[in-house]
Formats: sequence, C-alpha cells, structure tokens
Amino acid sequence: MSLLGGGILKGMFETARNFFGSYVSAQRLTTVPYPEERIPAKANARQFPFLVYDGDDSQAGLRCVACQICEKECPPKCISIIKSRDKRQDYKGQSQFYPATFDIDISVCMSCQICAEVCPFEAIKMDVEYELSTPDRFGGLWLHKAQLARSSRYYRQIHPQAAADSDGFMAAESSKARARVGASAAPVGLAPQPRHAE
Amino acid sequence: MIDALDQIFVAAKHRLMEPVPSRWQPLVSALLSIVPLLMVFPGLFALTTLLERKGLGRIQNRHGPNRVGPWGVLQPVADGLKTLTKENVVPRGAAPFIHFLAPVVLVIVSFLVYAVLPLGRNMVAVDLDAGVLFFFAVGTAAELAVFMAGWASRNKYSLLGAMRAIAQMISYEIPLILSAVTVVMVTGSLSTVRIVEAQAEYTGWIPHWFVMQPWGLAGFILFLISATAESNRSPFDLPEGESEIIAGYYIEYSGFKFALFFLAEYLGLFAVSGMAITLFLGGWHAPAPWLEFIPSWACFFVKLLALIALFIWGRGTLPRFRQDQLMEFSWKFMIPMALVNLVSAALWQLMDCGPERWLVSFLLIATPYLLLGRSLFERNQFFKRTYRFAG
Amino acid sequence: MSLPFVILALLTAAAAMGAMSLRPLVHCVLALVVSLSGLACLYLQLGAQFAGFAQLLVYIGAVGILIVFAVLLTRGDAMPPRRSLVQGRVFGLGVAVSVLGVLVWAISRSCLMSPTLPPAPVATVEQIGDALMTRFVLPLELVGLLLTAALMGSVMIAMQEGEDK
Repeated sequence: MSLLGGGILKGMFETARNFFGSYVSAQRLTTVPYPEERIPAKANARQFPFLVYDGDDSQAGLRCVACQICEKECPPKCISIIKSRDKRQDYKGQSQFYPATFDIDISVCMSCQICAEVCPFEAIKMDVEYELSTPDRFGGLWLHKAQLARSSRYYRQIHPQAAADSDGFMAAESSKARARVGASAAPVGLAPQPRHAE
Repeated sequence: MIDALDQIFVAAKHRLMEPVPSRWQPLVSALLSIVPLLMVFPGLFALTTLLERKGLGRIQNRHGPNRVGPWGVLQPVADGLKTLTKENVVPRGAAPFIHFLAPVVLVIVSFLVYAVLPLGRNMVAVDLDAGVLFFFAVGTAAELAVFMAGWASRNKYSLLGAMRAIAQMISYEIPLILSAVTVVMVTGSLSTVRIVEAQAEYTGWIPHWFVMQPWGLAGFILFLISATAESNRSPFDLPEGESEIIAGYYIEYSGFKFALFFLAEYLGLFAVSGMAITLFLGGWHAPAPWLEFIPSWACFFVKLLALIALFIWGRGTLPRFRQDQLMEFSWKFMIPMALVNLVSAALWQLMDCGPERWLVSFLLIATPYLLLGRSLFERNQFFKRTYRFAG
Repeated sequence: MSLPFVILALLTAAAAMGAMSLRPLVHCVLALVVSLSGLACLYLQLGAQFAGFAQLLVYIGAVGILIVFAVLLTRGDAMPPRRSLVQGRVFGLGVAVSVLGVLVWAISRSCLMSPTLPPAPVATVEQIGDALMTRFVLPLELVGLLLTAALMGSVMIAMQEGEDK
C-alpha cells in the first residue's frame, strides 16, 4: 500500500538527482559533445569492410585473390568483384588472381562482418571509420578498390588483438607453404611483417 | 529608494503620460499598459524554451543545446529565424480562412488573459471587478481555437488531436475553476487585486498565503495539475502526442503559424502559473517580511520562474497518460477532491480561528484523499484490457 | 448610439445571419459563437461585467464547445440538402412575424419608450452573489438539482449502451 502520488515524488527526486548530478558527476552526464570530444573506440567496433594490403603499394599489395566467396556470402549482396585475367604471386608465393574491380555499396552494407568471417586470405576486415557522410548519395557511397584499400599497419592499429591473430595465422600458413616448396624457395615479396613491427 | 525601485514602471508610465494631451490619454494609457506585456512575455517564452531544453537535457544526462552562442544562449534566436524563414504551407483540402484564423485567435486569447494578472504593486493592466471570471471566461475561447485548427486542417490526426484537446480541456476546466472558487469564496472577491491584498500579512516570518492553509495547499495542487492539463503539457500532452498523432491539432501548420501555436501554448502556461501565484502564492508579496525590500514585480517573476521550473521538472519526469486514465483521473479523482476542498474551505471560513479549524480542514481533505487514492490503486491493478471496437 | 455599439451590433447581427444561412455546419457553429461573443461584448459595454463574462463562459466555453463536440462525434462535413431551407416557407414567415410582433409589443410597453429613463441600477458582482445566495437561493438550488438529474440521466444512457454489448 503506497500513498497516491508517492511514485511521482520518487520520480521527481530521481530526475532532480540527475539534474544536479550532471554538474558534478560524469556518471550523470554520459553524453559527449561529439565533434570536440569522442568516445574511444571499443575493441570490436565495426562499421564497413575494407581491403587489407601489405607493403606500401595499395593496389599491388592487396591480399585479395578475387575468390569471390565474400561476394556470394554477402547477405544484402553489396559486394561486386571482377576477376583479373592474369595472375600474380600472393604472400605465400603462390600464383593467384587479383580483383580487377572490387566495389562495395556501403548504402546497402549492413555491417554484418560475414565477408570478414568467410575470407580465407585475411583480405577483408571491418573498419571503424564512421564519418562517411557525402553529398552524393549514390556515387559517394559506392566505394571502389582504391577507396577500400587500407594498409595492414592501419588494421593493426584499429584492432590490435584481431590483427595479431590474423598475422599469426598468415605466418603459419606461409611457413607451411615454404616447407612444402622446400628450403630453396624463399618467400617472395610481400611476406607479412612480424607482429610488432612498428 | 526601495519604494522608487518598486514603483519604477508605474512612475515611468506616469512620466510618459504627462506630455500627452488629455484627449489621447486613455488610448496612450492602454497602449503603455499593453505593449510591455506584449514584449515581456514573448521574451519570457524565448527564455523558457531555452531553459526547458537545457533542463530536460540535464535530466536526461545530456548537455542540451550548446551550439549557438556561448552555452547555447542564442538558441531561441536561431529557432525564431528558422520558423520565420520556413514556407507557409496550407493543405489543399483545408478551409483557408479558418486555418489562418485559428492560431491568431489562440494567441489573442492567450494575451488577453494577462490583462487581469497583477504583476506587481499597482501593476495590473485592468483591475476588473470580476477579474478571475474574466480570466477563465476568456481562457475557454482557446478551446474553440484548438477546434478550429484541428477541423480546418482536414487531417484525421488534426481532428483526433482537436477532439482529445477539447475533451481534456473540458474535463480539467472543472477542477481548475472549482479549486479557484475556494479562494474566491474565502476572500469574497473576484478581483485579482483584492485577492492579492488578502494575502498581505505575516505571522512572524510566515506569510498569510493561501497555500499555507490545508484547503489552500490542496487547492494549489489541484489547480497546478489542472493547469498542466489545460496547457497541454506533459504528462497531459495527449492532444499533441508526437509518438501517436504526430503533433495533433497543429500538424498541418508550418512556419510562423506553427511558432504562433508554440507561443500560445507557453503564454497559456505562464498565464495559469501567474493565476496560481495570484490565487495561492500571495501574488507579488515577498515570502518573508525581511525580504520586502525586493521589488514586488521581481517577487512575482521569481515565483513565476519557480513554477515554470516545476513544470519543466514534471515534464522531464512523468510519462504520458493514456486517454482513459486521463478521463478517469479527472472525473474520479480531481473533481471529487475539488468539491471536498470547496467544503473544507467553506468550513474554514465559518469556523473561528484556532487549532480546531486546522484539524477539521486537514482531516476533511486527507481522508478523502487517502480513500480515493486507495480506490484508484485497487482499481488500477493490471488486467487484460478489452476493446469495444478493436479486436 | 456610440460607434462601438454600432460596430458590435452589426457584427452580432451579421454573425447571427451567418449562423442561419451558411451551409457547412462548422461554419454555422463558428458564426454562432461570434454572434454570442458579440452579445457578451454588448453586455460589457453596458457595464454588466458579470453577465458579460458569464455569457462568455457559458455560451462559448460550454454551449459552443458542446455543439462542436456533437458535430465532431456525429457526422463529417455532410452538407445539409438545400431543400430543407425552402420547405415550409409560409410557416416560417408566420413564426417570424409573430416573434417580431411579440418583441415590438414588449419593447413598446417597456421603460425604454417612456421619455424619462430610470437611473441605471448599479449591480456589482458582489451584489449578484449576495442575491443568488439569499433571495434566490431556492431557484439556484433547483437549477442545480435539475442539472444534476440531467447529468445522471445522461450517464445512465451511456452506461446502458455499454451493458448491451
């Protein structure tokens, strides 16, 4: 049994605590004034996919081998890939195709991360960049290979833990490949750098 | 010195009147009484929108507007410019004349009621013999303006909003007036100036405001709740419930007409707050004898701002009523309590001074309050709702 | 006749005619409200504050809103058929003439026509209140009783509809 109006007084007390508390306690003023201040990114934050490249050349170093698994798995079908005619060597020294075009329509993308899950080559990962506004709502959100490429250094920076796992996986794969080919065949070109290269 | 500051506006008016030829004196006197009202209260409206958004922000763990000017103080200017430059859209199916007339009538009515509010010592535009009656009589025309807006827009949401607004205003007008009648009964006058005079004295530090007496406190709370409902503010904002009927009766208004509705809503709020101050909070009297050096008009506006803060606080706290709860609350709680309060005030008036009348008056209010409250609680247990028309 | 009186009288009369002749029902209601508030202003101009404000409160705040509410709840914007205005013209004329006759008779016998006007009674709100509470307390109570009975009757009607379901 409670008095009629008691709940109102309780609620008023709580909001008054919020009001005055917001001047002294950060806990009661959780909103951050956005452009000046930002909340630090969470470890597993994700926005839209990007393509990882090793080395300095953003196009020659792309890890993607145009296997098109992500294109097929993508639930909203926002990825479109055209395979190259010729081949080039990947980080393990194997001869592979590379994407002639690799487009993602981020107005369609739903940030599900399935493309990154299914990629066998550690080539597509999720970005944390969210300031993507553009005056062109069609072309501006239709990203091409050149816009999607980010260096592996950037990946290590935004997702250190996942990048370390990914690097370990790639190092194991390439050492396995080296063992198969024999000691004579040294890994060519774009081997992944060791974990904490910088 | 203190007196001069207190009467500064009255004296200024007399100074301005001196050079005017006697033929024009009535007209100029009226203008000099009206124009300040037309300037001060819209200014207060601008200030209130800012304070409200800031306060609500703080209540909801946000900063509130902080972009325009230092700490966002120029936000009302930006809002005003925005509404002024927007296109004025009239729906094709609307009745154009009534559509145009509704916000104008609403704003005129909202301004008219300020005529009888005593804003300070000797500061009332018209000291009417039936001031309180004037206040409520003119206030009822606002309902008609709301209906005009809702009907003329030819939009089902407008019409729904107008229906809700009228039903709500009719239901809450009764407790509003009944709780005001207690004060009229005790002072024996309908004049607002006389009512303020009746609350002038002090016992020690305690002022003789009506809110200090049991029936007055109950009347004040009833009046405040009804006033919230009359001015369509949360938790009684069903007529414009954004999440249900978008904006209710002013959904089809844009640009400056929309701003007029907004203005009228806040003017109505200030007016009923001013009336509550006049009736229960001692008008422009200072809250203690040693505070009497404060100019009377400053006292009034401090009280007004305090009441506005209370309204903002309530808006930040309470969720919206459902329509049936709204009606139930008015007809099954507010009106019976207002009637009981009327009896209590009558007994207070008839009994001699002494502790008995405090006890009788208090018991006469507390008992029905507890009983009604308990019955409301018991009836409002959760149950499966059945609908007449929908499923 | 003063200028304010002429303006108010013309406004009231024009609005009353509008209330009868306009076709959309809501326009009629609004014209009626204008006419009633014109009357209230006339009362105020004669110095009868209480009557004027009571007229505003009762006829605009209650009667006008009641009509509006009834219109909202019952029908849309259906225009009344033209026919209804034409039918029974002779009968209507008869009623109009007889009402006019009664009014002329009443005015001609009232004190307005006598050469010397009696002094205007000064009725303050306080006097009206006193009169209502002392001399006319029984009629007041009876009116209250009647209204309560009407209220209960309407509640009964509304409740019966609910029980039928």
